Amino acid sequence: MTIQEALFTYCLRRGDDNLILSHRLGEWCGHGPQLEEDIALTNRALDLIGQARNYLQYAGQVEGKGRSEDDLAYLRNERQYTNVKLVEQPNGDYAHTMVRSFLFDAWHLPLQQALTRSKDDQLAAIASKAVKEIAYHLKTSGDWMIRFGDGTAESHQRAQRALDDLWTFSGELFATDDVEAVLFAAGIAPDMAAVKSAFDSTVQSVLTEATLKRPMDAYMATGGRQGKHSEHLGFMLAEMQYLQRAYPGAIW
Amino acid sequence: MSNTNENNWPLWEVFIQSKRGLDHKHVGSLHAADAQMAIENARDVYTRRQEGQSIWVVPAAAISASQPDDAAMLFDPADDKTYRHPTFYIMPEGAKYI
Repeated sequence: MTIQEALFTYCLRRGDDNLILSHRLGEWCGHGPQLEEDIALTNRALDLIGQARNYLQYAGQVEGKGRSEDDLAYLRNERQYTNVKLVEQPNGDYAHTMVRSFLFDAWHLPLQQALTRSKDDQLAAIASKAVKEIAYHLKTSGDWMIRFGDGTAESHQRAQRALDDLWTFSGELFATDDVEAVLFAAGIAPDMAAVKSAFDSTVQSVLTEATLKRPMDAYMATGGRQGKHSEHLGFMLAEMQYLQRAYPGAIW
Repeated sequence: MSNTNENNWPLWEVFIQSKRGLDHKHVGSLHAADAQMAIENARDVYTRRQEGQSIWVVPAAAISASQPDDAAMLFDPADDKTYRHPTFYIMPEGAKYI
């Protein structure tokens, strides 16, 4: 695998994670539990879509076959999407939505902080812009973990259940393969072991304050990076891509 | 929006400072469970378009307001006291923003 091929896939993965989570969060628009939360989630979704655009644009550029960010977002099918399974999981209740974001953010921040030091200038530039946004995401999703966990008996129970349900998807965030290895050797991608230890320490401190129990590291669901997704992604893509599939090339 | 609905979080008044050195201006209100959440919500609701660089939030219940019915008694007596305005001075050359 050449560095160029690895870099293309690496950018797709970053873009796909952001795009799919953004779309999930966007589903809350108009349905948030409070007007203020509704706007906060939409802001978060817009941050993620901005980051996704940067990555997909760069992926298209690295690939060199003339594919635009829109081609990559709207004209790939489910098996060609490389996001982790965590981000495609349905919103569920608000605890599920926030736990999903918290696990993502606790991984995303140290990853992007490390990427600011990437030897690839474009990746470093994208990361430098993203880290401020992600720091705020982690702050607020962590706050919600604590509010739910250390709140009422019901909110605690719902947060614990969401954590137990979603934990199986957390392992995939740190899975490494040839793509990671090639880029790590070139100083482009960071050491995932360091990202994992930052994740562990964030999770530890937030869960302790939230009085929530960290689930056991048992079976971890993987496959998303290789395009093997849960049953939920296809439905989401069908909705997200409908317009471009039905009216190819439509613009406004 | 009412502050008395028990299904709602308390109401907070939001003040945003647009630039260092300027005053914090009242921009609106929002609901939040506590001060920390009120600041975060204010950030998301009121500073999306680079409106601010500092946020104050105040529980709406902590604000004491004058009564509209008292307006005549409170404010009308100042109507004929023009000597309280510094309009009888000649402004020095070059003085701005006074």
